Amino acid sequence: MAIRIISEKCKGCEKCIPLCPQGALYMEGKLAMLGPECNMCNQCLEPKFCPFKAIEKVEEEEVLGVDVSLYKDVWVFAEQRDGKLMNVSLELLGEGKKLAAEIGCRVCAILCGENVEGLIPELYEYGADVVYYASAPELKTYNPDSYTKVLNEAVQKYKPDIVLFGATHIGRDLGPCVAVKAETGLTADCTQLDIDPADKKLMQTRPAFGGNLMATIVCPKHRPQMSTVRPGVMSKLERQAHKTGERIDLEVSFAPGDIRMEVLEIVKAVKEIVSLTDAEVIVSGGAGLGNAEGFELIKKLADKLGGVVGASRAAVDAGWIDHSHQVGQTGTTVKPKLYVACGISGAIQHLAGMQSSDYIVAINKSETAPIFEVADYGLVGDLYKVIPAFMDALN
Amino acid sequence: MKIFVLVKQVPDTNEVKIDPVTGTLIREGVPSILNPDDANALEEALALKDQYPGTTVDVISMGPPQANYMLRECLALGADNAYLLSSRTFGGADTCATSTTLAAGVKKIGEYDIIFAGRQAIDGDTAQVGPQTAQRLGIPSVSYVQKIREVKDKTVVVERALEDGYEIVEIQRPCVLTAIKELNTPRYMTVRQIEEAYKKDITVWDEFDLKVDPKTVGLIASPTQVHKSFTPPPKGAGEMLHGTPSEMAAALVSKLTEKHVL
Repeated sequence: MAIRIISEKCKGCEKCIPLCPQGALYMEGKLAMLGPECNMCNQCLEPKFCPFKAIEKVEEEEVLGVDVSLYKDVWVFAEQRDGKLMNVSLELLGEGKKLAAEIGCRVCAILCGENVEGLIPELYEYGADVVYYASAPELKTYNPDSYTKVLNEAVQKYKPDIVLFGATHIGRDLGPCVAVKAETGLTADCTQLDIDPADKKLMQTRPAFGGNLMATIVCPKHRPQMSTVRPGVMSKLERQAHKTGERIDLEVSFAPGDIRMEVLEIVKAVKEIVSLTDAEVIVSGGAGLGNAEGFELIKKLADKLGGVVGASRAAVDAGWIDHSHQVGQTGTTVKPKLYVACGISGAIQHLAGMQSSDYIVAINKSETAPIFEVADYGLVGDLYKVIPAFMDALN
Repeated sequence: MKIFVLVKQVPDTNEVKIDPVTGTLIREGVPSILNPDDANALEEALALKDQYPGTTVDVISMGPPQANYMLRECLALGADNAYLLSSRTFGGADTCATSTTLAAGVKKIGEYDIIFAGRQAIDGDTAQVGPQTAQRLGIPSVSYVQKIREVKDKTVVVERALEDGYEIVEIQRPCVLTAIKELNTPRYMTVRQIEEAYKKDITVWDEFDLKVDPKTVGLIASPTQVHKSFTPPPKGAGEMLHGTPSEMAAALVSKLTEKHVL
C-alpha cells in the first residue's frame, strides 16, 4: 500500500502541505509531491487535506509500476544547439524508426528551442512521423529547469513508450531529471537497442565496469522506457527529401520559481573542434609515440588519408594532445570506415570505443599488444618507420 | 556555509581483469577507492572551506558497511562529518532509487548551501545520481562543472563543460553541482590527518533512521533491472602482415584498396 498524488487532479492549492504530520508533502512547481518521509499514516486521505480528491491510496502492484499498455510510440529528443540539430539526434531517429517498426508504432521527435521550426522538415526527412514542438525564450539554450518541465509535461500528456536521448553533456543531464519526474528508469550510454520479440520490451545494452562487461537492462513495469545513447553508434537514415509528417505544438508556460538558473554566456572552444564521430577515417596515436611531437606524424598520415586525429587515454593523460581527441570509454565512441591505431596497446577502455570500426589497422612494436586482437591488419614494427613507409606506399 | 558531498566507494576499474577461460570479471584483489570524480567534488568543497572560514563539509555515501574506509579517507582529507546510509533494504538500487535514499539522508542532516557530487562513478558511468538527487530534493543542479567562478549570497556562478566549449551558469542556492576532473587537483592527506580521522565517528543510518518507506528504496523501487550481463564479444583477430616496413606498407595499401577502403 502506498499514498499517491494524482497529478492531473492536483490544483496546486497547497492546502495539504502544512497538514502532514511527517512533513512529507511538498510543492514542486504547481504540484504537491510526496517525499520519502511518508510513513503511510493515511491521515492525508481525509477530505480536509485535499478538496479535489487528488490524494489516494493505491495497492502495491500499482505502486510498483504503471499500466504499460497506455504508452505508445518511440520518442527521440531532438537536441539542437545554436539552431543546428545534433548528429546523434538524427542517428536516433534512424534507430527509433527501426524499433518502431518492430513494435508497430510511430517514431516522433520532440524539439525544444526558440523559433527553431525551421528544423522540423529536417526531422521529418530523417524519419520522424510526428514532431512535438515547444518554442519559448526560456528554451532558446538548454536549461535543465525549463527543458525538464517541458519534457515531463509532454511525457505525462502523450505517454510515449520509449524516449531516447543522445548521450551528450546535455542529454545526460536532461535524461536523469525527466526520469525522476516521470518516476521511471533510465539506462545510460547505450550502445545497442533491441525489442524483445515476445513482449515488445526495450532491451538496452550498455558497457559497464569501464567496458569490461556489457549489461542488458530492461525497464519492465515503468514507462516510458528511457535511454541515453552514445553518439556515433547508431546509423541515421538516408535523408528523404520532401518527406513530411504531423506537427504537434506543445503549450509551454513558466511560472516564477520554475527556472532557478540562468546561462549567462556560452563560450565556444577556441581549440580545434574534432569531429571524431563523423569522421570516415581516424588515425590515432597512443603511448607508443613517446612524445607530443609524435602527433605531427599522426596528423600527416591523417591528412594524407583525409581523416582526423584521435588519441588513446594514455596520450591524453600524458598531456600530448587535448581530451577532445580521445577515443574510448571515457572519450568518444567512433565507428569510421578506417581506424588506424599507432602505438596504442589496446586497453579494453580504448577497444570499447573503436572496435566497431569497419576496418582496423594496428601498428605497434609489441606483437602481443591486445590491439592486434581486434585489428583487421596488424603491422609489427617501429611506427616511426612504418608510418612513413605507409605514406610512401600511398603515393 | 554548509556543504555536503555525495561520495561513493568503487572498485578501481582500471585494475579489473577478465578471466580468459570463464569470461567473467575477476574482482579478487581489485582495490576499492574513492570514486575519482567524487574526489574532485570533495576537493572543491574543501577548497571553499579553506576560503570561507566557518564552512563545514559533510560527506554522505550510500553503500555497504565496508564503505566506511573510504569515508575515513574523506575525513582525513578534511571533511568534518561522515554519514553512511547502509542497509540491506537499500541494496540493488538503480539510480532512481539511490537518489531517493541519498535525498532522505541529506534531509535528515539538515540545512545546506551547496551539495557537490562527482559527475559519475567509474563502475556504472551513468552520471545520473547527482541530478536525480537534486530532483528529489526539489533543488536545481548543474552537471559537468569545470570551474566555480564565484560564490555569491544567493547564487553560485559556475562553468559547465560542453563538448565544444563551456557555458557560464548562475544557479540559485541551495543546489547540486557535479564535478569533473578538470575542476581541480585533489589534495593529499597527511599522517597526522589520518590519525585524527580515526578519532572521529562515522554516523551510520538505515531505513528506520531515515524514516523512508522500504518500498521506495533499493531493488524493489528500481524501475530498471539487469536482464543479463556478458563480456563483450571480441571482434576476432585479423591478418598480421610481415616483412620490412615498406613491404608491410605495400601489402597494407593493396589490401585496403582491394576492400575499397582507400
